[in-house]
Amino acid sequence: MNHPLNSMPPAASTTKRLSTQGSPAFARLMRIALAVLLPGFSFGAHAKLNVVATTPDIAAIAQAVGGNLVEITTLARPTEDAHFVDPKPSFVVKLNKADVLLHGGADLESGWLPKLLAGARNRRIAVGAPGNVPCNKGIDMLEVPAALDRSRGDIHAAGNPHYLADPENAKIVAQTIAEAFARLDPGSGAAYQENAGKFIERLDAKLAEWRKLLAPYRGAHMVAYHNSWPYFAWRFELKIDLFLEPKPGIPPSPAHLANVISRMKELGARVILHDPYLNRRTAETVARSAGARVVDVTQYPGGIKGTDGGYIEMMDRVVRAIAEALAEQ
Amino acid sequence: MKILTGWCSALCLSVSTIYAQATNDLNAQLQQLQEQQHRMREQFEQQLREQQAQIDLLKSQLATAQTNELPPAAGPAWDPTQPVRLGSGSAYMDIGLVGTVAIGASTADDIEGGTQPGGHDPNQRGFTFQGAEVNFTGAVDPYFRGNVNVLFSVDSEGESFVELEEGWLETISLPGNLQLRAGQLLTSFGRHNTQHPHQWSFVDAPLANALFLGPDGLRNPGAQISWLAPVPFFAEVSLGVQNSHGETAAPFRSSGHHHGTSEDHLELPFGFRHPDNDRGVGGPGDLLYSPRLAMSFDLTDSQTLLIGASGAFGPNSSGGSGDTMTQIYGVDLYWKWKPATAHGGFPFLSWQTEAILRRYELGRFNWDENGNGLADEGEVVDPDTGLPAVLGRETVTDYGFYSQVLWGFRKGWVAGLRWDCIFGERADYESRGLLLDGAPLGRDPHRRERWRLSPNLTWYPSEFSKLRLQYNYDYHRTLGSDHSVWLQLEFLLGAHAAHSF
Repeated sequence: MNHPLNSMPPAASTTKRLSTQGSPAFARLMRIALAVLLPGFSFGAHAKLNVVATTPDIAAIAQAVGGNLVEITTLARPTEDAHFVDPKPSFVVKLNKADVLLHGGADLESGWLPKLLAGARNRRIAVGAPGNVPCNKGIDMLEVPAALDRSRGDIHAAGNPHYLADPENAKIVAQTIAEAFARLDPGSGAAYQENAGKFIERLDAKLAEWRKLLAPYRGAHMVAYHNSWPYFAWRFELKIDLFLEPKPGIPPSPAHLANVISRMKELGARVILHDPYLNRRTAETVARSAGARVVDVTQYPGGIKGTDGGYIEMMDRVVRAIAEALAEQ
Repeated sequence: MKILTGWCSALCLSVSTIYAQATNDLNAQLQQLQEQQHRMREQFEQQLREQQAQIDLLKSQLATAQTNELPPAAGPAWDPTQPVRLGSGSAYMDIGLVGTVAIGASTADDIEGGTQPGGHDPNQRGFTFQGAEVNFTGAVDPYFRGNVNVLFSVDSEGESFVELEEGWLETISLPGNLQLRAGQLLTSFGRHNTQHPHQWSFVDAPLANALFLGPDGLRNPGAQISWLAPVPFFAEVSLGVQNSHGETAAPFRSSGHHHGTSEDHLELPFGFRHPDNDRGVGGPGDLLYSPRLAMSFDLTDSQTLLIGASGAFGPNSSGGSGDTMTQIYGVDLYWKWKPATAHGGFPFLSWQTEAILRRYELGRFNWDENGNGLADEGEVVDPDTGLPAVLGRETVTDYGFYSQVLWGFRKGWVAGLRWDCIFGERADYESRGLLLDGAPLGRDPHRRERWRLSPNLTWYPSEFSKLRLQYNYDYHRTLGSDHSVWLQLEFLLGAHAAHSF
């Protein structure tokens, strides 16, 4: 501390104005005040990147890429329906401090993120800023509607937003995140790239394993509540094409369920995928009538037991559960 | 012959076996080929992606190297001639329309502005078109966001109205955690006042809001600055400055010459309004100021609390002097529980409460407006002198309160219960035994005790439509009890604006 005011002789403390400016206590107070008033200003040279991810799948990949160089906050809980997250005011505070916002970029969060972003007053993550990272960059979106018509239910203009159910897409997202981190923290760019590389390598090895596990069931029909598994189905050549809800966002009616049951029997579909936020009773009733099995799955690490290790651990658990259920047929 | 037959059948059998075998082989080959093709396609795609990723990375590394230290901005620089596209959408502006229709019946005689004091409440027996609200919103450029809400409605006499509910632009990246909004604004006072009719959980506005802030709520041209305090929890401080005149500032300098007995008396409970006070804005003292503090805490992973304190201060148009003030204070609370496994936003439980205190300063007012010194017809008379009454300056205090609980018990279904009440302290002008056309005026019916209990049930067939059935039990100290039943239907077209908490 070589501030000239600090070397002021003690006699000067008789002058009220100077003493308050010169005392170490005042300097400390000023520092605290500055730290309080100017959040986001990092005083340390190697401050961690403050990352906010909208959903736990993106967060898990970001964690694999960022390692201990980043601090990650996730907004949606792994067990909840990511279409309908409450825009809690505490999220505004989290977004206000963020250096990076990682989001799906495909309207999954359109019901709650825009207002939060507006309230966050953070230009680092404003739409178009380098810190605002839509993770669907470079992803081949499935089911992009040719026409927007809500009589078909709540369809997403940008295509089906559940693209991370395909592990190949997780590789693209890891790259996107590594690039974004490198852009914002160039000093650690190589580390992010290396981490992403390792993640992709691990994922590739697992992917081969998963493919082998699911290969015997190529073309098998399965049931889901909502059309959130088309990417998974495409990757593993499964047919997840029967849905308990008649149209996206429309609750199931008894007539529709009866139809699903007869279609299940016709197509030999014996597995109903069940996400943690759905009504298990509906799935169980249908399963009983159709002689099928309900399998707990999730697309978010932490959504079901044994999946909180990360994206790869989650996918491993899901693939094994599905393969096991299909094997029982 | 036997041998020949045997040979023939053996031949046939072997041929068919060979044929079957060949078919099987072919099928197997075909499957193999299909598998190969699928694998090759995947490999090819993967290679492409990896190459693209490498190219992108090299590009970004090159850019980083070129700019030495500073991280480069993503994408090409924005040019003022280019419009800004929103998120992943393809439009420059989101446009949404909400239409609300109600049908119902009531035992009340004075529904519009009386039993239902809100400007967008159901206003008559039979059908009411509560409104068609159009919302335009989007990013103006990298600096501003714009929002306009226009509401079309029809009153009980069939006359159509167009109202500019809101029309403002807001800064996107002001430094220091600040945000500025300017234009036609809903005053940030409590929770209900900043909500548009389609965001309400009941078919009508709470009594306290409709009677103390105005039938259409408090909104006027102005500006608002807000600041997000740098504390670990959500704390937002804001100050609004708006014009205090016009009909959407009813408790302040609402325009027009009104008396307690005029046609508009239902809308404006206090008499003694004078046209001379419609003086526009002559200085800072003619404006309406509205400070607010809102704080929020996550009590648990699935419970959130939002509390707020608001004020609204400005001149009113009571009395002849034009220097009378209205002070409105409010506190609000919103609590919501939603479990970690909620689906489509259900189930949930929420509790919302607001309390409002209004202190309204009445100026001195001489009922002898024509100056003839005689108690003419339609003039309020002092019982002691038999002459037109001269009312002294005084401040009257009114209290209002509502509390509502909503229970989203299954997907798409919400049961609600609201309790509403208002009451006022007896003022001097109510104690003097004033006469109007020979009859005692007594207490001002608009400031008397009144309460309402409203259970309702809402069904959302989808996110874009709803059906709501509500019963209101009204009790009014002067007018007695009334029963009303309203069925409301609402639909949404176009963009669905994001929800606020």
